[in-house]
Amino acid sequence: MAEVRLILNEVITGILTGGIYALMASGLTLIFGVMDIINIGQGALVILGGYLSYILQENFHIDLFLGLLLTMPLMFLLGLFIEWAFIRPLKRDRTMLSILVTFAIALIIEGTLGLKNTFGTDNIKLHAWYVDSSNASFQIGGFVLPYINIFVFVLSSALLTGLYFLVYRTKFGYSLRASMQNRTAAELIGVDVERVSAITFGIGVALAAAGGMAFGTTTAFNPGSHYDLISRLLVIIILGGMGSLRGALVASVVMLVIEDVTSVVWTPVWATTVFFALLVIILLVRPQGLFGRLEGRKQ
Amino acid sequence: MRKVSKGIAPSALDRIVAYLENRRAKSMVKIGGLLVLLIVALGLPQVFSDPLTTDVAVLALLYAAAATGWNIFSGFTGYIALGHAVYFGVGSYAIALLAQDWNVPGGYEPFLLVPLAGLIAAAFAVPFGWIALRTRRHTFVVITIATFFIMQLMAYNLRNITNGSAGLSLPLPSYDWGKNFNLPLYSFFNLPFYYVALAILLLALGTAWWIRNSKYGLSLLAIRDDEDRALGLGVKTGPFKLIAFVLSAFFVGMVGAVHAYFQGSIFPPFAFDALFDVSIALMGFMGGLGTLSGPILGAIILVPAQQYSTLWLSDSGFYLIAYGALFLAVILLLPEGIVPTLRKLWLKWRASRSNIQEIPTAVTPTNGNQEDILVAEGPGRRDGVNL
Repeated sequence: MAEVRLILNEVITGILTGGIYALMASGLTLIFGVMDIINIGQGALVILGGYLSYILQENFHIDLFLGLLLTMPLMFLLGLFIEWAFIRPLKRDRTMLSILVTFAIALIIEGTLGLKNTFGTDNIKLHAWYVDSSNASFQIGGFVLPYINIFVFVLSSALLTGLYFLVYRTKFGYSLRASMQNRTAAELIGVDVERVSAITFGIGVALAAAGGMAFGTTTAFNPGSHYDLISRLLVIIILGGMGSLRGALVASVVMLVIEDVTSVVWTPVWATTVFFALLVIILLVRPQGLFGRLEGRKQ
Repeated sequence: MRKVSKGIAPSALDRIVAYLENRRAKSMVKIGGLLVLLIVALGLPQVFSDPLTTDVAVLALLYAAAATGWNIFSGFTGYIALGHAVYFGVGSYAIALLAQDWNVPGGYEPFLLVPLAGLIAAAFAVPFGWIALRTRRHTFVVITIATFFIMQLMAYNLRNITNGSAGLSLPLPSYDWGKNFNLPLYSFFNLPFYYVALAILLLALGTAWWIRNSKYGLSLLAIRDDEDRALGLGVKTGPFKLIAFVLSAFFVGMVGAVHAYFQGSIFPPFAFDALFDVSIALMGFMGGLGTLSGPILGAIILVPAQQYSTLWLSDSGFYLIAYGALFLAVILLLPEGIVPTLRKLWLKWRASRSNIQEIPTAVTPTNGNQEDILVAEGPGRRDGVNL
């Protein structure tokens, strides 16, 4: 009985923390859907977001969640700049080259954060009263729920609901979805696809900032953590189906639940591997992922 | 109007160009040039024998071989694989484990294991390639990256085989190789690695050259240009892609094996290194994707830059920044790579020269033979000068 309770507790934790990955992955999958590029730099941008929150908190004593009001717009602007400077000039073979360009951006971010004069390569962790004080969790029906997990879950829910309204209920959302469905046709009916792309990239990066703050409260990180992050994010968006927001949400939660449960019933060492193995099995059956469409011929 | 060199005796440069136009002379020059390059490659470590230089040279050749192998798949089919560090790592672990299990002593013997390590890497590439090649474009790239992370995790976690993060060590190369030649120890130590790396590079280059000039290579290029049309025309795209993938993994695996023996020990983060994935892709892109000389040129430029910059820059952060910036510069400014860009410039320059010669030939047709006129016509028309 205790076993079941333990597993159930891990499932709940997995669902709560799955929201963090849902934030980062929805940015990634949104960018993919609209621009047809994969932002390998998303992991590094998440880490950058974590460091920005860290700076605000350590130097200006701004609360982590309040700090997002500053870091998210900042990262939005950074996203606009990256899109304008490095993605838009790619004319030929955009799909492939963009992967390499964003990888290069990830390396630059990693290098900059890892300099001896900035942060170095030591692990840091974000702190707040709701993260590390001794009574930073409450018990309900025998389940232990840390406050931070709940706060982060509320944050992700709020941001993802906002994203939902933006994509499905606003004029910009119509343009965005039109660009997703058919770039050329959207351009023909008067959608400024370049503007939509830039803003989408900005939103994706801003979501990475929020994800970075949330990630930093639950996990210690260093500038090199982005490899681990991007590998998980890529797996999430393939599993969910590239370009599908719903798929990204479901896959994030599934991944976290599987990892948490595996680490309890088996060993933490194999937690990630189980998820990767699941990915391979699913791809054998459904190469397009859970909610994705098959890649057809592109003109 | 253009400058017309009418009535002026052809300069030496003109004569050389005219000579190079001659097809037989062209192939002679080509073969001669390749021979000279080969002799330079063979003699290099004899001339510059200090260990620092030969160290860099060995690594440059290894990376050149890996990039050439990678290019056989990614350059020809247009599928950018970013997970070839998997095969590098498998090759590394294969040679270490084989040497351990069979008690291979240090010396020349471990080199005999290198082809075997390559075959093991190729065997790993069959299932991975099969799964990844069920998808296309981005999903393919992402799955290759995912296989890389899976294998890195495996190297950490399968402790009874890989010894986890403690790593494995290889037999020490015996240090008395130089005795027979009366050479000081340090000057001889890198030589066997150098020549083995050169041999792998030549093998990879020969394979790439053969594929490039075969019907099989043509099918791969057709896949790159339009896979569905190639399939419609009867190209067996699935098996063809997989064969190219496995071949490239074979070469990368051999490189991994030699690299492991050269370094003497292997650890999961260095055997399965994300930077290796990007490095060989960058070499390919920098030199020119799908060309034979491009990846080699990229490696020869990039590896010494890498090695010397790690010596100069004490902070590894600067190294990453420089690497990323170089990558951005190459892709944004030289998207086609060095070799295709140079070729284009050469053709342009030749076209501009033939235009100069063309006007006198039009006035006095007796100047020059038939072939010259034919050569001159092409570019002239393209530029619209004659029309």
